[in-house]
Amino acid sequence: MEYFVQQLINGLTLGAIYALIAIGYTMVYGIIGMINFAHGEIYMIGAFLAVIAFTGLGIIGLTWVPAAIIVVLLIAMFFTAAYGWTVERIAYRPLRGSHRLAPLISAIGMSIFLQNYVQIAQGAKIKPLPPVVQGNIPLMESASGFTVSISYLQLIIILLTVGLMLGFTYLIQRTSLGRSQRACEQDLKMASLLGVDVDRTISLTFVMGAALAAVAGVMITMYYGVIDFFIGFLAGVKAFTAAVLGGIGSLPGAMLGGLLIGLIEAFWSAYFSVEYKDVATFVILVVVLIFRPTGLLGRPEVEKV
Amino acid sequence: MATVTEASTPHRGTDVITAAKEAAIAAGVMAVLALPLIGFILVDVAGGVTLRTRFGGVLTAAAIVFVGRFVIAMLRGRGAGPIAHLTGLVTRRVAGWGAGRFVGPALVGFAVVLPVLPFSDRYIIDLGTSVLIYVMLGWGLNVVVGLAGLLDLGYVAFYAVGAYSFALLALHFDLSFWACLPLAGVFAALFGIILGFPVLRLRGDYLAIVTLGFGEIIRIVLLNWQDFTGGPNGLSSIPRPSFFGAPIGRSAPEGQTPFHEFVAPVMEPIAALFGGEWGFDAIHRIVWLYYIILALALVTNVFTLRIRRLPVGRAWEALREDEIACRSLGINPTNTKLSAFAIGAMFAGFAGAFFSARQGFVSPESFTYIESAVILAIVVLGGMGSQIGVVVAAAFLILIPEFGRDFAQYRMLLFGLAMVLVMIWRPQGLVSGREPSVRLHAERR
Repeated sequence: MEYFVQQLINGLTLGAIYALIAIGYTMVYGIIGMINFAHGEIYMIGAFLAVIAFTGLGIIGLTWVPAAIIVVLLIAMFFTAAYGWTVERIAYRPLRGSHRLAPLISAIGMSIFLQNYVQIAQGAKIKPLPPVVQGNIPLMESASGFTVSISYLQLIIILLTVGLMLGFTYLIQRTSLGRSQRACEQDLKMASLLGVDVDRTISLTFVMGAALAAVAGVMITMYYGVIDFFIGFLAGVKAFTAAVLGGIGSLPGAMLGGLLIGLIEAFWSAYFSVEYKDVATFVILVVVLIFRPTGLLGRPEVEKV
Repeated sequence: MATVTEASTPHRGTDVITAAKEAAIAAGVMAVLALPLIGFILVDVAGGVTLRTRFGGVLTAAAIVFVGRFVIAMLRGRGAGPIAHLTGLVTRRVAGWGAGRFVGPALVGFAVVLPVLPFSDRYIIDLGTSVLIYVMLGWGLNVVVGLAGLLDLGYVAFYAVGAYSFALLALHFDLSFWACLPLAGVFAALFGIILGFPVLRLRGDYLAIVTLGFGEIIRIVLLNWQDFTGGPNGLSSIPRPSFFGAPIGRSAPEGQTPFHEFVAPVMEPIAALFGGEWGFDAIHRIVWLYYIILALALVTNVFTLRIRRLPVGRAWEALREDEIACRSLGINPTNTKLSAFAIGAMFAGFAGAFFSARQGFVSPESFTYIESAVILAIVVLGGMGSQIGVVVAAAFLILIPEFGRDFAQYRMLLFGLAMVLVMIWRPQGLVSGREPSVRLHAERR
């Protein structure tokens, strides 16, 4: 039981990170119907910016942890968002309106480019980050002496994610930006006819997705303590799987999917085998899609002639 | 032309200013982007990392972007029109002549004589073999993506199944390449059906992620199933294909004739005619492998061209265009998609068997997602459904990294960049020709 609770906490932490990345996929898919394959690399860039910013802050002597984390988050979000904006501008905007696979290939090319760009700029070696937040809160103890605990970092990750999700939901549901975003999602052409600045809305969608991915990147860097230029691929695939699992295009779906993927991974590693945890993720995805072809919270597709 | 030049002359000054302005903005953005990642580098020191600055790199990056953007902006104003028109015309012509008219046979002819051309050496023939593997994979995937319109991001899984089928059959049951080749195709097709059966009901993009996941599953299983697949170390000492039963090598096992002795009665007089001598040469095997993959690729091509005219091929294309119409005409979408999936997988299986026979070694490292991405890029860059386009794109994508050998670490960077640029320049592919296979009325020329 104690072991189970511990894994639940670990899974939720991981799931929160996946959910943050998955939102970027699902929003972009919802609005222009393309799989943004470069999104995993955007997250990787966020993680690199985190290491660079933390190291830089250490050098200039800002070591008060709450302030450091906030500054690093802001730096990472700003620059990552700039990358997200540029990627859309260069690689996707010229291709709007061409056939479905063109932006996909462009995205794959962009992903290869960004990965190698970071590798060349920063070197292929693993980048370590010394632990920023240490300590944990013991929650319960079993008779055999196994202590269930939640670390402060896990608490921060989960709370921050919940906070961002709430803020983000507010942004989409209540603000004028969110309204134009939803309008574009429903009908791009009609929205532009009604005076919504479609280009701007799409750009902002990429910016928001990238900023959330940057938060995920900062969190994963603090959580694992090591990153390399290759982490974007697997995390991107997992997050995209999460988006599809929850029903692509649906924001609550992305959050639910992210959490589920995190939990599946944690429990599979704990009770079965670490090597096959990715296999488990994909198998569950296939099983879900067979019974609910549009994902857990996806709207059923209406076929029109 | 003259009038166009005259008309645009008065604007020349403003053109330059606008272009410079655009370029400056782009360079500014680049500087912002480059500042954290190029301007600061993480360097290892004892017990952690520290930062070193490299602001010169930021300036260089911004300068490169400025020049590039300026040139593009200037070209767009004037020269790009005619250039785009010309390239469009050329590619349309190529597509218009079609694979069958002139270009196709010329390419095949060139491919056949390539090994005996004077400039061909071991490196060129090896490179040709690599390109042909990707051409074959591209043609195979073209059945799935180009004809049936199914987005498959895990095509490399079937390639891996073929490669490991041959390796395992050859190592455990001592079967020859030629006996295993069809088996490898059958196994790969079987995997295609096993995967396709549950997932082909899904819509395009769901299919993409499931196939991507399947590709990863196959790779992870190959990596972790140590006893069977050798894990990360892979399988080695896979036998090479023989020449009609004669192994190619300096000497042959007991009771077999090596290739150079096997063909000596024919080749010795020919060699004597040119004043040479006939004997064992390591290049024989490379040439032989080259011809095998050439034959396999051509079989794939002919098969695809022929099956497009059969009812099942027509059904694929119809399904790509409109699934609902197909269903109402009594075409079973699942079976039709499944057949495309299985046939595409089968060709990947053949190519995989050839790959492991050529390398003599297979490991999961050869079957990563990036391979699937490259194959898909070949199909899309070539212009979906165009057979010739696949050849052009495969040559383009495989040769780019080769030309970049001098600056090896920038190879993949250029590769990714090229994919983006080609897509922006020609979203419909290098050779675009989504010609309908059937027309209601005969074409008027």
